[in-house]
Amino acid sequence: MASLPDILHLRMRALAAIRNFLQGRGFLEVDTPLRLPAPALEDHIDAEPSGKCWLRTSPELHMKRLLAAGHPRIYQIGPCFRRAERGACHLPEFTMLEWYRSHADWRDILADTVALLRAVCAEVTGAPRCTFRGLVVDFSLPWQEMTVEEAFLCHAGIGLDEAIRQDRFEEILVTAVEGHLGNGRPTVLTEYPAACSGLSRTLAHRPDRLERWELYVAGLELANACSELADAKEQRRRFEACRELRRREGREVYPLDEPFLHAVEAGMPPAAGIAIGVDRLIMILANARGIDEVVAFPPPERTS
Amino acid sequence: MYTASDLRKGLKIELDGDPYIITDFDFCKPGKGQALYRCRLKNMITGSTMDRTFRSVDRVGKPDLVEKELVFTYQDGSTYVFMDPASYEEVHIPAEALGDQHYFLDDNMECTFLFYRDKAIEITLPYFVEKQVAETEPGARGDTATNITKPARLANGYEFAVPLFVNTGDIIRIDTRTGGYAERVKKA
Repeated sequence: MASLPDILHLRMRALAAIRNFLQGRGFLEVDTPLRLPAPALEDHIDAEPSGKCWLRTSPELHMKRLLAAGHPRIYQIGPCFRRAERGACHLPEFTMLEWYRSHADWRDILADTVALLRAVCAEVTGAPRCTFRGLVVDFSLPWQEMTVEEAFLCHAGIGLDEAIRQDRFEEILVTAVEGHLGNGRPTVLTEYPAACSGLSRTLAHRPDRLERWELYVAGLELANACSELADAKEQRRRFEACRELRRREGREVYPLDEPFLHAVEAGMPPAAGIAIGVDRLIMILANARGIDEVVAFPPPERTS
Repeated sequence: MYTASDLRKGLKIELDGDPYIITDFDFCKPGKGQALYRCRLKNMITGSTMDRTFRSVDRVGKPDLVEKELVFTYQDGSTYVFMDPASYEEVHIPAEALGDQHYFLDDNMECTFLFYRDKAIEITLPYFVEKQVAETEPGARGDTATNITKPARLANGYEFAVPLFVNTGDIIRIDTRTGGYAERVKKA
């Protein structure tokens, strides 16, 4: 394990390599607000209150407003906050990298991601491969792609719909599937079930599956990407359904982000985007055992 | 009841009518899904371990555990009688709850008890007790460097191993956590 000064240095070089890569491809770096009057509505993500606002759990909605305002390639690196998320790979305050492209879909974002991680890994470690959790992961090999359905059948012997019906989707994913993903080369899990994200476009031929993928490296979930939903009516319906679910479960119900919905309605182009956990990326590049090792001031075990 | 978000390493919980301690803990939340709280649990009575994953909606029982400092007073057949110095109340502990620990008790010894539903499940004596060796083969003079041992016995029948230089009548110190010889305090 590297020492903290080494890791902070590695972190700086990784961030510089990310910026260098994205700027080289014509992406504009932006900053969007941290305190939001209406945080993104997600079934299982809770925002930390901040006065009459909440701290952002992701910059997604503001990034999409910039897409709608005519900025075709944008990225942001900044802090996000999620209530009561603390574990070996979770910090309640963490750094997120997100980028979005107009007139692009999940495939285009995947091509960006492959090129970015090869470049960043090579820049930081001297080769496009690294050792993490005792496994060598080579970003320069062709990445493995499988649907969530295939991964469940192959590693857990259960179909995805059956797992959802038994309400065991997360349990099976964590205990039986994740450990097999991203061994030797990155794995991209595609076609997530529709219940799992309120902001992704569904597959044309399968309305119960999303144009959404997640990236795994040595069993660690590193990124979430999708073709973005650009239908304001459908977006409003999904937000309302999420509010209803949160109300039913006795969890905080956030207001609708009307400026965002108006921007989508006024003309958000077809687009796709991705969120990468920067701290986890540093864990992988530094071969760290836990996320606490890659930040200068990890918070205490229990903060909320 | 605890909610799943209370779970953490070291917390004691109740499951299927037994007390457990969480020896390993991790939080995870795959793919924008529900949070999972993965625990390795150790049964505080049997010592057996198991893995259990809880979800945000789960509620987990709080075990009825009470810790008490008690003073040993006397033995009554197969029952050991302790006193609570706060209330002067007598507490009867069956021999089987003490295991080998009963060999190390002395009058007025302070012991820490953990009770689960009023039943003693864990008893901690002072880490070291001094006892006189009642019987062992005569010692080999000067043989203090080797780790060869021989059997010895206390007056109460407890059998254990001592180094060759220990003699009958010596006062030695026993580590109550292992039941083993620790050092010689006084020669006979």
